[in-house]
Amino acid sequence: MKKEYVMGNGAIALGALTAGVNLAAGYPGTPSSEIIETLSKYSGGEIHLEWSVNEKAAMEVACAAAYTGARSMVTMKQMGLNVASDPFMSVAYVGVKGGMVVVSADDPGPISSQTEQDTRRFAEFARVPVFDPSSAGEAYEMVQDAFEYSEKYSTPVLFRPTTRVCHAYSSVEIADSFETKEYEGFVKDSGKWVIFPKLANANHGMIEKRNIQIGEDFSSYRFNTFTGSSKKAVVAGGVSCSYAREFLKDYPDLKLIRVATPYPFPEDFMLKALEGVEEVLCFEELSPFLEEKTLQLIGKHRLDIKVSGKLDGAAPSKGEYSADIAADVLGRFFGIDAGDGNDLSDMPDLPVRPPVLCAGCPHRGAFYAVKRAMQGRKAYFCGDIGCYTLGNAMPLDMVDTCLCMGAGVTMAQGFHWVENDAVTFAFIGDSTFFASGITGVVNAVYNEADMILCVLDNSTTAMTGHQPHPGTGRNMMGNAVEKISIEKILEGIGLNKIVTVDPLDLDASVNAVNECAEEKGVKAIIFKSPCIAISKPKGKCVIDGKCVNCKKCIKEIGCPALITVDGQVAIDRNLCTGCGLCAQICPVSAIGGADNE
Amino acid sequence: MNKDILLCGVGGQGTVLAAKILAAAAMNAGEEAHSAETIGMAQRGGPVTSHVRIGESYSPLIPEGKADILMAFEPAEAVRNLHYLSRDGIVIVNKAPVKPITESLHDTGYDGSEMISYLKGKCRCVVMDSEKLASAKFLNIAMLGIAAGTGRLGFTKEQLIVEIEKRVPARFLEANIEAFEKGFETGEEK
Repeated sequence: MKKEYVMGNGAIALGALTAGVNLAAGYPGTPSSEIIETLSKYSGGEIHLEWSVNEKAAMEVACAAAYTGARSMVTMKQMGLNVASDPFMSVAYVGVKGGMVVVSADDPGPISSQTEQDTRRFAEFARVPVFDPSSAGEAYEMVQDAFEYSEKYSTPVLFRPTTRVCHAYSSVEIADSFETKEYEGFVKDSGKWVIFPKLANANHGMIEKRNIQIGEDFSSYRFNTFTGSSKKAVVAGGVSCSYAREFLKDYPDLKLIRVATPYPFPEDFMLKALEGVEEVLCFEELSPFLEEKTLQLIGKHRLDIKVSGKLDGAAPSKGEYSADIAADVLGRFFGIDAGDGNDLSDMPDLPVRPPVLCAGCPHRGAFYAVKRAMQGRKAYFCGDIGCYTLGNAMPLDMVDTCLCMGAGVTMAQGFHWVENDAVTFAFIGDSTFFASGITGVVNAVYNEADMILCVLDNSTTAMTGHQPHPGTGRNMMGNAVEKISIEKILEGIGLNKIVTVDPLDLDASVNAVNECAEEKGVKAIIFKSPCIAISKPKGKCVIDGKCVNCKKCIKEIGCPALITVDGQVAIDRNLCTGCGLCAQICPVSAIGGADNE
Repeated sequence: MNKDILLCGVGGQGTVLAAKILAAAAMNAGEEAHSAETIGMAQRGGPVTSHVRIGESYSPLIPEGKADILMAFEPAEAVRNLHYLSRDGIVIVNKAPVKPITESLHDTGYDGSEMISYLKGKCRCVVMDSEKLASAKFLNIAMLGIAAGTGRLGFTKEQLIVEIEKRVPARFLEANIEAFEKGFETGEEK
């Protein structure tokens, strides 16, 4: 064994390698993205790794691998499980031969997501077991257990870390070397692998019986534990349990019941843990899952135990928890005064910092060009998931809707059908286009919609940390591959008009938008310019004496590199990339572009 | 030894690297170390924090009122996170403000100075004049230098330098070490 300082996601990847994983597939999404990246770093090309085109594809690739007896892993964020739910719900019925671990990382807060959905609910919905790690070190061990249970019961299993487990670093003892699992190979058996209603009916019955058995098995699972002996007890899972432990470390007598396998609920374990307990506080992020399970158990066994938590308002019903929320909620429950902090009630007003497009981001140019071209016209701007959702920030204010991956393309059509006097736009990034944009474009052409598709092609998956995708010419096996051309895909679908333009060339971009707005049918503008994080800055812009301090540059495009110093417009040279967009806006030509250096 | 260090700033200022160096240096000194980062959408110009916990701990996040050192890369971010500081803790704060677009648009005159005077009235405070000390590129390393200089980290200057050497690109190493040394002197003076 050796010690490595790794992120929770790294620990999950290393745990999978220790368990002999043969294949892993995923789609990037905060907070899950570093799992596949760590696998790539440590696997030495020994296993098949891929960023799949989306989560559904990843799930299906992994299913086939698990049908052969190989061990497979799928990684995604919680929203990704919605995309992959079609194969996931079915593979839960069919079952697997090799261990299959589906990692779905939840995001309490939410910090980088559209919803605060709870993967534990999905586990119960799909009737598959779920593991809930509370720290990076534990995740390394637990993911290996997850493979064991998956194979033991021939079922895919869910593994549900949350942001603070995924992105917490700690030193973890890991194996010195990894060996992939030996597997038998696919054995044809249509009665087993082809899901007909008859098979679904039979397997449903089997699964319900089996889950009772798994619940019993989980009752002796090593990470389901309780400490202390008080009549009041806290029930917690995941990182919330770590917050509770932090608060209770000076009070070893107070009872803490930790549930690491929320579904199937380990009833026997819980009954034992509740012996002598009169009052329970459930402390968990997202939904009151453990609370409802505890209430059910108490009802089933007619126990005289009071249960509180999210349902009665004893714990916050939404948002991320913390050590401080634990001190507050647990302190009240146990009657422990956490003491006063510093009095900061006289704190000055703090500047708000909504996330914004980076200085020099080419998306800014694309949004601004469309805004300019559509000035005074009725137009709807459908956004999508990625950095470019930030195009909604003032002063650009160019994202009217954002729903889910790929939705902008189809929503632009919906707006057109009911308000055909509006010009409707869909803004979609290159990775999102491949993930879930293409079908929407086919829908538009087939149903004769009228819309303008803006593909913001920055040649990377920027928001989640610059993962490669089908348009980048690289894959996760480290191979250079043929770039899949967005333009050719659109040609193949049969769009009326496809224009490719540099979004940092303002006049050309505005012209492209105007040209497309003149025509009927489905038109596309590919705004092509690399993300500033993967390209070299062109230089720095400079403001000369001609500046009349009208602040038009700041007010129009809101670039973070444009600041005011003592009331005078200035350029923050640490941020400026020399993109020159501001220079094209300045009414008195006071800004020199990158060429000036 | 238990030591909680909170690093805070604005996405892109280099808090993550500084946190990694601190954790690695602590481990070199034979301690357990944990850290927790802000990753994702907030990195795009939003407030970011790195929680570094040295010694035995459970929560990945530092509880309020427990941080021994608050290393703030930006004055308003220091104030935003001041509730984490323990009563005898120390704040190391970079004086240079990062103005959000909302400020440039509405021009409320935010320049960080009000934050610095508030901090001075509330706690022990080392104010870093980054313009004199180092270019923004080496801000994180200069901050580490100050922290080491105050003698409150619990491990040596050399233990930190070893980790800096491992993590910064060779061509910038000399400039980084220079920034660290200048920071160290500033920290020592306080």
